[in-house]
Amino acid sequence: MTEAGTEERQALHQRLERVWANPPGWRSLAAVNHTTIGLRFMATGVVFFLIAGVMAMLVRTQLALPAQDIISPDVYNQLFTMHGTVMMFLFAIPVLEGMALYMIPKLIGARDLVFPRISSLGYYCYLFGGLIILSSMVLGMAPDSGWFMYTPLSSAEYAPGPGSDFWLLGITFVEISAMAAGIELTVSILRSRANGMSLRRMPIFCWYILAMALMIVFGFPPLILASVLLELERAVGMPFFEVAGGGDPILWQHLFWLFGHPEVYIIFLPAAGIVSTLIPVFAQRPIVGYRWLVLAIILTGFISFGLWVHHMFTIGIPKLAQAFFSVASMLVAVPTAIQVFAWLATLWTGRVVYSLPMLWIIGFLVVFVCGGLTGVMLALVPFNWQVHDTHFVVAHLHYVLVGGMLFPLIAGFYYWLPHLSGRMPTRVLGNWGFWLTFIGFNVTFLLMHLTGLLGMPRRVYTYEPGLGWDWLNLLSSVGGFIMAAGIAMIILDIALHFRFGRPAPRNPWGADTLEWATGTPPVSYNFASLPDLRTRHPLWESPELPDTIASGEHGLTDVSHGRREIYGSDAITGKVRHVIHLPGNSWWPLFAAMGLALVCVSLLVRVYPLALVGVVSALVFLLRWSWENGAHPSAALLVHGESHDPPLHSRTTDGPGLWGMVVTLMANGTFYLSLIFGWLYLWTASPGWSVPEGEQIALWLVIASGLALTAAWMDFEGAVRALRRGVDQGLQRRFWRAGLLGGGHVALLLWALRDASLAPTALAHDAVLLVMLVYVLGHGGLAALLTVLQAVRVGKGYVGRHVPYEPVVVRPFWVYTVGIFWLSVAVFLLLPMAWGTPA
Amino acid sequence: MFIPMLLSGCGGPLSTLDPAGPAAASAAWLWWAMFAFATVVLIVVVALWLYAMRRDPGDVTDESAQRVQNRWIVGGGFVLPLVSITALLAFGIPAGHNMMPLASDEDVLRIDVTAHRWWWEVSYPEEGIALNNELHIPVGVPVHVHVTSEDVIHSFWVPRLAGKLDAIPGRTNVLRLQADETGIFQGKCAEFCGAGHAHMDFTVEAHPQDDFDDWLEEALQSND
Repeated sequence: MTEAGTEERQALHQRLERVWANPPGWRSLAAVNHTTIGLRFMATGVVFFLIAGVMAMLVRTQLALPAQDIISPDVYNQLFTMHGTVMMFLFAIPVLEGMALYMIPKLIGARDLVFPRISSLGYYCYLFGGLIILSSMVLGMAPDSGWFMYTPLSSAEYAPGPGSDFWLLGITFVEISAMAAGIELTVSILRSRANGMSLRRMPIFCWYILAMALMIVFGFPPLILASVLLELERAVGMPFFEVAGGGDPILWQHLFWLFGHPEVYIIFLPAAGIVSTLIPVFAQRPIVGYRWLVLAIILTGFISFGLWVHHMFTIGIPKLAQAFFSVASMLVAVPTAIQVFAWLATLWTGRVVYSLPMLWIIGFLVVFVCGGLTGVMLALVPFNWQVHDTHFVVAHLHYVLVGGMLFPLIAGFYYWLPHLSGRMPTRVLGNWGFWLTFIGFNVTFLLMHLTGLLGMPRRVYTYEPGLGWDWLNLLSSVGGFIMAAGIAMIILDIALHFRFGRPAPRNPWGADTLEWATGTPPVSYNFASLPDLRTRHPLWESPELPDTIASGEHGLTDVSHGRREIYGSDAITGKVRHVIHLPGNSWWPLFAAMGLALVCVSLLVRVYPLALVGVVSALVFLLRWSWENGAHPSAALLVHGESHDPPLHSRTTDGPGLWGMVVTLMANGTFYLSLIFGWLYLWTASPGWSVPEGEQIALWLVIASGLALTAAWMDFEGAVRALRRGVDQGLQRRFWRAGLLGGGHVALLLWALRDASLAPTALAHDAVLLVMLVYVLGHGGLAALLTVLQAVRVGKGYVGRHVPYEPVVVRPFWVYTVGIFWLSVAVFLLLPMAWGTPA
Repeated sequence: MFIPMLLSGCGGPLSTLDPAGPAAASAAWLWWAMFAFATVVLIVVVALWLYAMRRDPGDVTDESAQRVQNRWIVGGGFVLPLVSITALLAFGIPAGHNMMPLASDEDVLRIDVTAHRWWWEVSYPEEGIALNNELHIPVGVPVHVHVTSEDVIHSFWVPRLAGKLDAIPGRTNVLRLQADETGIFQGKCAEFCGAGHAHMDFTVEAHPQDDFDDWLEEALQSND
């Protein structure tokens, strides 16, 4: 390369860096860059992993010998509850989200995710929520009902302390981050791929992450609903899960496992994505059966939502349901087997290079296949009745989660380590780390299957000698400590490599994917220029790509306008349709998360006025954040006579915001459907269900409020239609009118609510009705508020004929609000009338 | 896993692998069959992988890669799991049949068990007998245990006789329990229920029919 070329590159680098860099020092708390946020997620996740690991060591110490009393039952119950909770919610999911946030833009040839500030909000919600949950342990009042928090053990009567509240509020807070990541990853993968990267050319890892993201979108809302309902029961006595008030503790189990089983695959799929990414690289050939893998991923996603009841085989369910869920649980073996054999076929036809990541992949295979096989056993009901809730299940779930998630994750860490640090991992310590972990793990958990078969239930803090469990438990404890030594070795290895690892060459493993065309260590903007793609294996077919990208030979190199820009592309073909201008560093996400943290803490200590302050401040920060959008000067000011080719996304009606809104509403809709599920479930299955006599709420008022809402929506709809045609006369007036009509709807519904004769603390029936009404009210209010803000923005010139973006984003929210309103009237008010009061 | 099993035997007062009743016996059989099969699958899959990593693939054309793909994915991804599942269900579903009350069960002794934190209230409603933490049953015939709870969810489990069934407030579940040999069988709460969960034990004593009738007589008198 010529000297002039190097200088030019350097100048381009500096221009891009000025626009994309994080602020320095402590102000980097306002950073939104996906590389930074992804690393923060992963680092925080690893810290939580170590803390939960120490808890596991304490558990194993207590169980090493029979009849020990090193740890009291009270503390022991907190320890295993927190171990499970922290590992699942604060380690496994966030660390994988972090990895996805870090990798996805680099894999699809983008400079950042499409909603960078949402990434930042998600991280702070995760961090604050995690700290709140962990503080309960420090205060000695941690949740102690097990990580699935079965009612009534977790209800106010049997768990009177704040432990359960820490769990319910903290986990819900953390879940905001999962939802944020799920929505953001879905839209980024679908709408910001490099030009020409059609779905068929997408790296297989992106398919896995897309499936994970969508599963988060549909999987988490049932748990969020359940947590809200249980917290309402605990705090104000609404008896959703209490038999005496017409509730049912089994409803909790359904809602929990409706989330809980997909969750296992939410964890497994990205890990399997790592396996599918690494194997072809080390086998030096393309993956065999790409389409089969995609099919397997989609199948896994669907099947995993249909087998939650296999966690509940012992609650006494009808034979037909048993058979159905038993078959469904076993069928999930099919997509898993497809993947295992596609990997096998790839190795079979490739020339395999040995390496540390591959060692972990082999470890993964052994452990995970073993866990999968015991999983099929557990799906068989008569056997399940014996080993359910014993140490057999403890062994199984650790085989699946450690084998299916931790091993591939460590493989991935080692594989992408040179990308992060620019240095290669070492061999010796890394091998020791693997073998200690692998042997320690199997000593601990292989034997534990037998402990369970010999009758040891899970979650017992001690046991009598002479039951045949003594030496098994002792060996399991020894194995646990060997595994801990292995993990320590890995951490030491990774820490030392930053100092002593030899510098990595470009693309050190000879990979085919685009992330190795970014700088190693990565630069803030990933790619100096954005290439067109014609293949699934860009670096194999054009090895010069890293150079041409860095020297600015591809698209979107102009940053003189100071905007952060990426391509917005077609969801299927990957053809560029517009240029997305991204928001830059910002404090609003941190402030909004602080507002939410205030809500969480004040609900914990039950100072409700303070919680209201938190809600209002979070809302204000979020709306203020949304203000810097469209043609706002800090986004992309409208210049008279401007023309962009391709156009800026805020000048179109199909930007990422619309997709983000639709995906958010899919999550929201799942939350609402879970509420309907709960309602119908209680009607049909709750043992003490009772329905009050007479009309509790004035139907005519509800209908009248619905008519106002519908009129508001039609006004809004008309305005958006005109806008799409390029007409913005009367736009502001129509928005004002729609906003006011929406306000009228809220007022009428509040009136109906005030005059309603509901006894939500006495009857589950009334409690569900109240939750539904508040939900509907909240949506009507928010729709009206957003519309009023749109009216103001039209006045400011941020929205209009040339910038039609935002009303198009708000529109689906109106449709949703009107939809759930009338659906609620039908399902919650009219259907019971038709049904009649049960005798 | 064989070696530790040989070392320990499969005994123990709570061992599911030392069954003393028909339900536990069929579950134990299922276990041994599934264990043997799963071990074979695990060893074969891992061996294939390790071999695939070592072998020299030679010159792989696109067609031969396609053939390998079809062979492995159809054989391993579809045929293997589907055949295994079908076989498993063919044996498993009938095995589960006798763990729930059967239509053919007539004149079966009924025992009500109500779980409390952290003890078991036992009663024989037709005979009017009340006990704590112990059940007595006649050997060789099924009894129906009606399980419910007064507070949180517990689970009624006698590993050597049958699978577990949850005791849930507001609901009553019926477990079909049968012992094929006399003796005292240990039971334990299997669903985590709080601080005393580890010690929520009970026993089931199976008597020969004559002894059981005597026991009933005696219990009635002492209950009065």
